[in-house]
Amino acid sequence: MTVLDAPSGVRAGTLGDSVLRPDGDAKTQGTFEFSSDLTADGCLFGGTLRSPHPYARILSIDLSGAWQTPGVQAVITADDVPGRRTYGLIVADQPVFATDIVRYVGEPIAAVAADDPETCRRALAAIHVEYEVLTPLLDPEAALDPATALIHPDGNVISSQPVLHGDGNATGDVVVEGTYEIGMQDQAFLGLEAALAVPDPGGRSLEVYVATQWMHEDRRQMADCLGLDPEAIRLVLGGVGGAFGAREDISLQIHTSLLALRLGRPVRMAYDRAESFLGHVHRHPATIWMRHHATADGQLVKVESRMVFDGGAYASTSEAVLLNAVTQAAGPYRCPNAVIEGHAVRTNHLPCGAMRGFGVVQACFAHESQMDKLALACDLDPWEIRLRNAMRTGDRTLTGQVVQNVAPVEECLRETAALPLPDEPVGGQLRADGSTDVMKLPGGAGRTTTTSEVVRGIGWGVSIKNLMYSAGFDDYATARCRLGDGVATLKFATVEVGQGFVTLAGQIARSVLGVDEVVLGRIDTQIGSAGSTSASRQTWMSGGAVAAACRAVRDRLFLHVAEQHGVDPEGLVIDGTDVLDNATGWRIGVADASAGVDIDETVEYHHPATEPLDENGQGDCHVGFVFVAHRAVVDVDPELGLVKVVQLATAQDVGRALNPLSITGQIEGGIAQGLGLAVMEEIVQTDGVIRNGNFTDYLLPTFLDMPDVVATLIEQPDPLAPLGAKGVGEPPTISSTPAIVAAIRDAMRQVDGVGRPLDRVPVRPADICLPATTATAESAS
Amino acid sequence: MSDHYTLRVNGADYEVRDSWPGESLLDVLRDRLGLLGTKGACEQGECGSCSVLIDGGLVCACLVMAASAQGQAITTVEGLAPDGAPSDVQRAFVETGAVQCGFCTPGLIMAVHALLDGDSRPPGHSDTDGLSESAVREALAGNLCRCTGYGRILEAVERVVVERRR
Amino acid sequence: MAVYVANGVDDAVGRLAERPGSIVLAGGTDMMVEVNDGALRPLPDADVVVVNRIAELRSWRHDPAAQTVTIGAGVTYTEMLDEPLAGMLPALAEAARTVGSPQIRNAGTLGGNIGTCSPAGDGLPVLAALDASVEVAAAGGRRSVPIGELMLGPKQHALAADELIVSVTLPVIQGWQGYAKVGVRNAMVIAIASTCVVLDTNRRSVAIALGSVGPTVLRATSAEETLAATIDWDEQRVDPAALDELARATSAAAQPIDDHRASAAYRRHAVGVLARRLVARGLATNGERAA
Repeated sequence: MTVLDAPSGVRAGTLGDSVLRPDGDAKTQGTFEFSSDLTADGCLFGGTLRSPHPYARILSIDLSGAWQTPGVQAVITADDVPGRRTYGLIVADQPVFATDIVRYVGEPIAAVAADDPETCRRALAAIHVEYEVLTPLLDPEAALDPATALIHPDGNVISSQPVLHGDGNATGDVVVEGTYEIGMQDQAFLGLEAALAVPDPGGRSLEVYVATQWMHEDRRQMADCLGLDPEAIRLVLGGVGGAFGAREDISLQIHTSLLALRLGRPVRMAYDRAESFLGHVHRHPATIWMRHHATADGQLVKVESRMVFDGGAYASTSEAVLLNAVTQAAGPYRCPNAVIEGHAVRTNHLPCGAMRGFGVVQACFAHESQMDKLALACDLDPWEIRLRNAMRTGDRTLTGQVVQNVAPVEECLRETAALPLPDEPVGGQLRADGSTDVMKLPGGAGRTTTTSEVVRGIGWGVSIKNLMYSAGFDDYATARCRLGDGVATLKFATVEVGQGFVTLAGQIARSVLGVDEVVLGRIDTQIGSAGSTSASRQTWMSGGAVAAACRAVRDRLFLHVAEQHGVDPEGLVIDGTDVLDNATGWRIGVADASAGVDIDETVEYHHPATEPLDENGQGDCHVGFVFVAHRAVVDVDPELGLVKVVQLATAQDVGRALNPLSITGQIEGGIAQGLGLAVMEEIVQTDGVIRNGNFTDYLLPTFLDMPDVVATLIEQPDPLAPLGAKGVGEPPTISSTPAIVAAIRDAMRQVDGVGRPLDRVPVRPADICLPATTATAESAS
Repeated sequence: MSDHYTLRVNGADYEVRDSWPGESLLDVLRDRLGLLGTKGACEQGECGSCSVLIDGGLVCACLVMAASAQGQAITTVEGLAPDGAPSDVQRAFVETGAVQCGFCTPGLIMAVHALLDGDSRPPGHSDTDGLSESAVREALAGNLCRCTGYGRILEAVERVVVERRR
Repeated sequence: MAVYVANGVDDAVGRLAERPGSIVLAGGTDMMVEVNDGALRPLPDADVVVVNRIAELRSWRHDPAAQTVTIGAGVTYTEMLDEPLAGMLPALAEAARTVGSPQIRNAGTLGGNIGTCSPAGDGLPVLAALDASVEVAAAGGRRSVPIGELMLGPKQHALAADELIVSVTLPVIQGWQGYAKVGVRNAMVIAIASTCVVLDTNRRSVAIALGSVGPTVLRATSAEETLAATIDWDEQRVDPAALDELARATSAAAQPIDDHRASAAYRRHAVGVLARRLVARGLATNGERAA
């Protein structure tokens, strides 16, 4: 895809310019310190013993083997947790270490600190746990049955949420329905979980370096469990190798800290890939029934839906994930009536929580599949039916909330349609010797396919995504700006996971304050919370906080300059290095202008308040919304069921493009994850046991799987957003998945006129070529 | 033999002591030699994060038993910019937006160097002038990136190819 | 235990005999996965014998008189992609190109593929279809083992612990050969079904070997014989109807299982499709040679 050039007239380094990452050189030269690179003098290595059973009673734990292993310094269990023995983002229902019951394969039971990782591994193997294996609860429908025995004191239903809107009895001329399944996706960040905990002398406080998404929330949960005041924990961001939701929950933070405090020595823990699959939450698998009613000409009349999300063993953010799904069940469309019930249930599967798209991914696959069915039933083009229903500013969502943001759904659709289709035929242009480049065909180097065996299809997906946290939660952000010697120093606890806030923060300071030289302070808890790097929220929230802090500093400087030099503060600007009076042309260097005063402002930015839903699921629960359209072109080998995604075209509502290059990266990367869910990524569990917890069998898209991406940014600055900009991280992931699946269905319809339901993602080859059989006997049960 | 051996990394000899038998080159580089630029993310050779050159050939350090690499020339990402001056590939990655979280980046940088400097070229590609997009994709298919969707990385490679042609 | 870098075949097998329980390390692409996850730990009184620098193992030779190629066990997949080897054994080159990534192909070896003996090993269907002969060495001497007798089951072969795979001898045939492999990703994927077809014009014989559809690589002998009898060898032509029968017979020869990678039904289906497509590539059907 073509990177947009910075708009002319944009000062280098400011908002709108494609400023390069400040950490780019360190990251390309291998000197950037990721959390897994950190160590300390005398550092020990921690490891975790985990349950092999999805549901079992612990009869006894014999730690003697571990203690007797030479080189072992500490062995701890639930008995060694000084504070609260459970934690959780919304409800503290997850044990730090299991006591009497284990509820999923991988649940921590004990931890060991040893001189080196190999000793740690041997010590963990020497711990003997006696279990009484229980029958796991694996069917989410059974979890909803009141007759089913409870697997947790909090119950088997984590959350239920109806959304009843308009006239529940309304019907349409055209009715289509379907049941859709979404498999469990892993965030699969490359930088594995790692933390370093360094206790202070005395053992009542410590410093913890960790790769996370939300420093202050980590600290809150850690303090509870460690029995410490939050102020006794200084959390410092260790370099984060990707997150995508998987670092929003606690993983090894508490275990590492417990060991370090216990020993009075630094301890580091680092997961390997297999443990990572067990040690963080995943995207919820879901089963979603939907029935759409529409007029004969394709206007939506009503959406009915029943959604069941499998939360796995512990609650994590299931309640919020479900809220997103039910409230956005109709997608980015006007729909006057809705009857929706949603449930997030507890099972003995791996716990699920946040992943990019957060509930909307699941809902979107269902509603977009339905829109295609509706288009067929109404004899409309899939694009046309979406256009006819496209939401606009001022429309109401299913919860009755008026959409006050810019809502350029129609523009997204039109601009996507205007993007060129692939200029190459199936298999690409023949090479000089007349041969085909097999890498451009489904199956790639496997040479399964020739051009004549391939059919091309096109599909659409459009989505809405709420920005920020919802339902009354005040996820404010804090930022500090200090001006000294002509240099702006910014401080915030906004976690950089790779998305580029460290780049953006400097741009904001250069634009808002006007000073070119910007230094970033360490990202840690020595300032107020920035909230989580999730929910596409940091550009808006932390961006808003940095802008406000910079504005406060600028205003104070101007007042100071006005007092000192007798100029009108209203006429002053900063042009990079100097304070300039536009009226007179008078100027003074920023360093001189601020000499002798300490201008240091800390600001909290709060978004407008939201409210929880009422008993009918009505209310102004979301802060704001963002929109996107995707068009996928895929080549399918119908006989083998193999797919090559050829092109993804997209137009995305960004509000204002603050860093076009950075947005491009978010769009392309997000689409890669949407593609993964569409055709290859799924955690498979059999009888509650993960079967593919490694990168040999959990397949991520490679360079050869990713298509060309062509993108247009829809720039309509949002008056509600502090910088006019909306978050851009999640939308690319959400509707790329249904667009790809729709394109496969389109290709298959061309083959036999009927097509395939393909009502489950990821689509497996057998779903395409052997629709009568199940694709794997071991479907995720 | 394996409790004490010498590895030649980036032109310097390193004594390796107390390595456990079977320890991978990745772990020895990181934990024993303090060369942390090489990253590990899968332990199975599936992600390419630990890519290094051994006698000029691109391999996954996690799949090399460290002691078996005695007497061979090992090049890591630290060997590309020894004096702090980044290579053309490193510069291009920064300038094209090919870096986000950066965890896959050192491995990818090694793979791109291997591709453009002469090794690991797909069949039918004797020089970089004729390097098609699809050949670049094939050559880098062993390096997973979860952030970028590879688009900017492709752009970085193409930029270096053009620059080197000048 | 020690990591012993052997300098010759005799040196390696001597070490294996001297230190029972020692294991052979070639490219490391399979063994190190097991070492890294803790499943394999070298025994304290045994060695890891590193063989990937033994010159004899790292080379290959063509014997024009015998019309054979002998490939050292330490030849990597990358080297199998190079001419002139690739031209003499195109199916092996095609299989090699599907192995992992450049990193894996630079390290992984043909001998390692045999030693691991996975039913999904990409080189193995080619060796099976070409009736390869595997030369192995021990302190007591060398012997040749037909590949079909060597592969016993999943990760089980007929070699003794002190035997070292030295080389593989393959015929250079007159006729067409090809390999195809199905995975769920367009690169870097383990086969969920693979097929090698060899059409030997001189002997007027067909060989079809199947990967990932049984405990070890399988030959579809009934399908081979039926097809060989149907082909018009003089015209290099086959009736399209015979190809449908070939697909059915190939699928019938498969003994797949369901697992997390694919269903048995899909694997069975896929090898039939692959066999049909490969033969169509090698022969004219309806007067046209497929692309």
